[in-house]
Amino acid sequence: MSPPVKIIGHYASPYSHRVEMALQLKGVPYELIQEDLSNKSELLLAKNPVHKKVPVLLHGDLAICESLVIVEYIDEAFDGPSILPADPYDRAMARFWTNFIDTKFSQPIWLAYWSEGEAQKAVVKETKENLALLEAQLNGKRFFGGDTPGYLDIAACMLGPWIGVLEEVTGVTLVNGNEFPALCQWAKEYSSSEALEPCHPDRDRLVAYFTENKEKYKMMAKTMLQQ
Amino acid sequence: MEGVVVLLNCFVSPFGNRVRIALKFKGVAYEEKAENLAAKSPLLLSSNPVHAKVPVLIVDGKPVCESLVILEFIDDGFSAAGAPPLLPADPYARAHARFWASYVDTKLNEAGMRVWRSPKGATAAVEAARKDTVAALKTLEAELGGKPYFGGDALGYVDVALVPFAPWFLTYERFGGFTVAAECPALAAWADRCVRENTCVAESLPEAEHVFQFVCGMRKAFGLD
Repeated sequence: MSPPVKIIGHYASPYSHRVEMALQLKGVPYELIQEDLSNKSELLLAKNPVHKKVPVLLHGDLAICESLVIVEYIDEAFDGPSILPADPYDRAMARFWTNFIDTKFSQPIWLAYWSEGEAQKAVVKETKENLALLEAQLNGKRFFGGDTPGYLDIAACMLGPWIGVLEEVTGVTLVNGNEFPALCQWAKEYSSSEALEPCHPDRDRLVAYFTENKEKYKMMAKTMLQQ
Repeated sequence: MEGVVVLLNCFVSPFGNRVRIALKFKGVAYEEKAENLAAKSPLLLSSNPVHAKVPVLIVDGKPVCESLVILEFIDDGFSAAGAPPLLPADPYARAHARFWASYVDTKLNEAGMRVWRSPKGATAAVEAARKDTVAALKTLEAELGGKPYFGGDALGYVDVALVPFAPWFLTYERFGGFTVAAECPALAAWADRCVRENTCVAESLPEAEHVFQFVCGMRKAFGLD
């Protein structure tokens, strides 16, 4: 009997969602422990003492942190369809683009949604350049991974359920069908994927979360852009 | 894996030198092209259009970018008989190694850069950067524990990810006003051990004084002095 699998996560975190997607695609049952990020639990602080962040994967007694490290662990520790491709060069390309998402893409797009005025213009421009690079990576495929979702699809999950929510809450449109038709189609493929359906986030709940935190995020974005 | 192997690097780059160490560790023959980061070559710009950074590993004309991605690629693709693995076999041990390599990039490198990159007179910024750098070094030292290497008995993935920053310690020390030997004696000893016991490391790292001179040159060029 395999040891139990749990995620310490948060329903509004795309990083937490990456882990759910990976377990879902592998067919591994899990329990999701919702963390209160404003009042971090003893469990989280014990299992991720270095970063004190979600998500954390608990596999029996083992704790694994950092969402992409967790996804690679899930691919290697469990049987089931492969998340990363088999060929070393293809694996390197998948890892390059997931690294791109985390180091170059995520912060500017977040700032683009939550900032205003002159400061917003530069991050919007940067975000559109980044979106164009990801659009090109789809290259006529249903998913970044090909016919079925793979590592880069998991890493890019923010471009699925979160974009519609952020655009509704902030009133800012970035991922439009004219400039990014492939990414918009990908978002549709993602939301209609039967394989991923069980872990789809609740849209209304996401809207409520981001609406509740709107002023906080706008203040954070302003502070970050002033530095 | 077959084919000609070319590494685009800059001799002080800790990221590029990770790849040097890994290639030598695996016994892979390669050609290194030195990049002038103030005047990047057409080959670099066409091989790494997204970031325009070193290192780039080009195998049979196909480029791989981002040092940790390259390290995994080398480990995946060059496992000829006699070439030891960089990453362990066990999935949890692999995750553990990847976690710590990522820590070097997001915590140590980020803080270290702020130590030497701050404009002259920005004492508060440098002090904050020194605190963060020392904290990151102490966290890494705690992870090393009593082991000779992060990889255990022998050099592994985390050692290769971290040791190219050792030549940069002198630069952090001179700009930050601290010494690694005083703050993290076990880590300082580990860095010496890596060089002493592994030719692949000794042959791959620049002199600390050369790194310092390079950084001084960069500061002048960027008007930080």
